[in-house]
Amino acid sequence: METALKKLRSLISPIGNAILGSSGNDLQVTQPEPDVMLVSPTPQGFKRRVTDASGAAIETVRRRIDALGTKEPNIVRQGVNRILVQVPGFDDTAQLKKVIGKTAKMTFHDVHPQVSAEEARQTRVPFGYKIYESADGDKGAYLLREIPVVQGSDLVDARPGFDRRNGQPIVTFRFNNRGARLFGRFTAKNVGRPFAIVLDNKVLSAPVIQTPILGGSGQISGHFDVKEVNELAIQLRSGALPTPLTIVEERTVGPSLGADSVAAGEKAAVVAGLAVSLFMIAAYGLFGLFSLVAVIINLFLIMGVMTLIGSTLTLPGIAGLVLTVGMAVDANVLIYERIREEMRNGKRPISAIESGFTRAFGTIIDSNLTTLIAGLVMFWLGSGPVRGFAVTLSLGILATVFTAFTVTRLLVATWVARQKTSKIEAPL
Amino acid sequence: MMFKGVDFWPHDRTFQIMKMRKVFVIISAVAFLAAVAMLATKGLNFGIDFKGGSLFEIKSRSGPVDIAALRSKLNALGLGDVQIQGLDKPEEALIRIEEQKGGEAGAGIEKAQQIAATKVQKALGEGIEIRRTEVVGPAVSGELKEAGFIAVLFAILGILLYIWFRFEWQFGIASIIALVHDIIITLGVFSLLGLEFGLTEVAALLTLAGYSINDTVVVFDRIRENLRRYKKLPLIELMNKSINQTLSRTIITSLTTLIAVLAIWIFGTEVIQGFAFALIFGILIGTWSSIFVASPFLLWIGVKRDWSSESSSKKPVGASV
Repeated sequence: METALKKLRSLISPIGNAILGSSGNDLQVTQPEPDVMLVSPTPQGFKRRVTDASGAAIETVRRRIDALGTKEPNIVRQGVNRILVQVPGFDDTAQLKKVIGKTAKMTFHDVHPQVSAEEARQTRVPFGYKIYESADGDKGAYLLREIPVVQGSDLVDARPGFDRRNGQPIVTFRFNNRGARLFGRFTAKNVGRPFAIVLDNKVLSAPVIQTPILGGSGQISGHFDVKEVNELAIQLRSGALPTPLTIVEERTVGPSLGADSVAAGEKAAVVAGLAVSLFMIAAYGLFGLFSLVAVIINLFLIMGVMTLIGSTLTLPGIAGLVLTVGMAVDANVLIYERIREEMRNGKRPISAIESGFTRAFGTIIDSNLTTLIAGLVMFWLGSGPVRGFAVTLSLGILATVFTAFTVTRLLVATWVARQKTSKIEAPL
Repeated sequence: MMFKGVDFWPHDRTFQIMKMRKVFVIISAVAFLAAVAMLATKGLNFGIDFKGGSLFEIKSRSGPVDIAALRSKLNALGLGDVQIQGLDKPEEALIRIEEQKGGEAGAGIEKAQQIAATKVQKALGEGIEIRRTEVVGPAVSGELKEAGFIAVLFAILGILLYIWFRFEWQFGIASIIALVHDIIITLGVFSLLGLEFGLTEVAALLTLAGYSINDTVVVFDRIRENLRRYKKLPLIELMNKSINQTLSRTIITSLTTLIAVLAIWIFGTEVIQGFAFALIFGILIGTWSSIFVASPFLLWIGVKRDWSSESSSKKPVGASV
């Protein structure tokens, strides 16, 4: 027993390498009972497998989505074993789910020469063989050698096409050198016998080998329609997914709703902008106009930063922009109300303006910073639409504070400087 | 060219808010307790973000939606609880399917949601356009619930820390009381009206938190300034003065923000309306709490009178409510 354990343990490979150092092993051999040996993955080993699989899966998913010809898809990893796929402007959700959902592991197997699947089911499955169901359902099952002759990983190309004889949609494929060699050898030895093409553990077809296929290419036919051969070709070309993927969350917005949302957002933004503008001008006259200039510059700033960081504008994001318009004037309101108060207390206009800006500064910082905290928490813990809102809100607050003290101040100062008389009447 | 603005506010009027503080606090307390009772009994109408399940926003291509026929067609699929809600336009409706229980744990349950969604899409057929689909499995809905709750908690904590840092701890406590008051009452209204509560509504709640504190801080800032200026003024009068001084700004800002959110509510699509409503109500109640709730509580907790020096009379002057 001891020697067996020792031998097994020597086979285990550590995770990591000479350069970065190793962080434990990926397998462990334990002895839960006196004459039982258990080989199992270590927690690190398991995690490593999942991480590697996720990485490979993301790449495969990316290739498949690219092959669909989508515009600017966003594919990111979330956590250890999740992938977030965002495809704007792409309508056919069902196709997207099919293309990235299918594992698409393709293998070519040898069919058992004597025993049929039925017999094996009744008696005993011979060693090294396995029963595979037909993808068709009505064609029955096949008894195939478990270890495949060639694998999908040896496929170098796969294209949709049409069968020359009966016009059915098919997928034509080509092997790499290794695959071509293995396939050629196998077909040369087995002329007149069938071999099975298996996709995701279901038998697609089991044609009989007419002649040795030495060129390393062939075609796959089944009961496919044109759309299906296109999808299968994409999946084969991009490689099989290392593990099956399950959809845990789906949000789809159809084109008509998307268009409606944009229109609604625009309307709301315009109406809000106009209403707030009118109000500010009515309440603060010329200075109200200045605050509007500040708000407009605000919006440009926000949009600019969003373009720079590549943030997507969602409907809640537009709501954030509209809200910013409403709240942005707050900073200016604080300043102007303060100026009015100082003048009521007897200060001369110029000094009232000066202290208005100075006194309001602290309050503006305090009040906007607390809203910013809320925005940042939202960004950190949120996802998708909530994040979009958090981005515009947070950027809006930063822009507001910035413009209140630069743009508004500049405009007011310029106006003061331009006054011809030394007796200035503030338009408040 | 110079044109003057109109100063709407009656600056010579002093509203005796602090004198009537008992009334206001009682009103707020009653509303708060009512909200808590609502939440404890009826509870919130959680959306699929937190409950799991699937949602379809549909539009009939030919005239108004026959809700009854649709309901029986979908019930026949055997997918559990099916809710159909009409929307503003008669051709539009919202279908909700509850979270499917079948399937083995792990990938099986998640797949069950997808299978159910596909069944619904097939059953709806060509005559119905599906404008929006949302499918949330149990794994994600659990996480979103947690995330939403933590978000609100963290926001409150973050705000409390900031106020503690910028003001004194008494200000912090008072402002958090006002904030929690706002959040709970808003949630109570959601419960009362049976409005759906999902992730976007949590975002509205966080925004409301920021806005409410925003307002409260402006008042507290003025109180602090006046504490330094008017050392002899009785606390109640000082607070009343502070509130009155900031009243014009508070009302005006609430108006402008309200205009903005009303625009969102009126023109927005169904997706954003729950959010807009939460904000509208939140702004109203945030303004109320900043004027009528925060200061009375600050008075009750007590606040340091002498700010100019770190000298003897550090005993906080509290007054009974």
